[in-house]
Amino acid sequence: MPQLTDLLFYGFAALTLLFGFLCVANPLSRNPVTSAMFLVLTIISMAGLFILLHAFFLAAVQVLVYAGAVMVLFLFVIMLLDLKEEERRKLRKFTVGLGAVAVAAIAGILIKATLSAVPLAAGKAVEGNTKPLGVALFTQYLLPFEILSILLLVAMVGVILLSKKELK
Amino acid sequence: MSDMIQAGLQHYLIVSVLLFSLGLFGVLARRNLIVIYMGLELMLNAANLALVAFSHFNANLNGQVMVFFIITVAAAEVAVGLALIVALYRKRSTAHVEDLTSLKY
Repeated sequence: MPQLTDLLFYGFAALTLLFGFLCVANPLSRNPVTSAMFLVLTIISMAGLFILLHAFFLAAVQVLVYAGAVMVLFLFVIMLLDLKEEERRKLRKFTVGLGAVAVAAIAGILIKATLSAVPLAAGKAVEGNTKPLGVALFTQYLLPFEILSILLLVAMVGVILLSKKELK
Repeated sequence: MSDMIQAGLQHYLIVSVLLFSLGLFGVLARRNLIVIYMGLELMLNAANLALVAFSHFNANLNGQVMVFFIITVAAAEVAVGLALIVALYRKRSTAHVEDLTSLKY
């Protein structure tokens, strides 16, 4: 008898894959805005999977950072570019076919490797709350954390420099 | 039989593999730089899902800290990448990889 969490897993997994497919290969619309909206839905369904895995903090970060900040950035840039251009272009059937074959091969190899692995006995669950993650971040992972803040600063300076009209 | 239905590590890994494949397919098949970027995001998210699943089933928090780092680096990467796309669009008025072939010839 399947448990409720298992049913939720199948539901969220199906939603994630469906929305992910509609994001990259929507048969009805090639509009980048549609893709971006389906990417938001993919990310929110993935936050559901994170909650099922007891990663509560990461689920919140996923929604805030990805579905919030990153997607707003995407939509801003899409609005700056020419939307109609993408729909005018034809996809090359040959390239898409070759890409599908290559991707199917890679997916087949990875799934084969996953299935042939020895299954792990479930350990006792860790709760991915804010407190244990924060303790880990500020003790064991303090140096990577600080490097990351410098990386964000560098990225910010780089973006400002890149988006200036004229480089002198 | 109940082992097959119960969502274990392998189920999550298979979802992760499929999501990664979708992202890779987007990168290979689409020609718009923005949509290619969305494919990249899907691949990063698939890796995150695998890491969180490993973290949960190993009862070890390190995987989740890694995912936190990946999310931050991905945010920085998206900001820089989209700024590059905008700069490119200003210069060449295109965001399609087919038009960006000057290195090829």
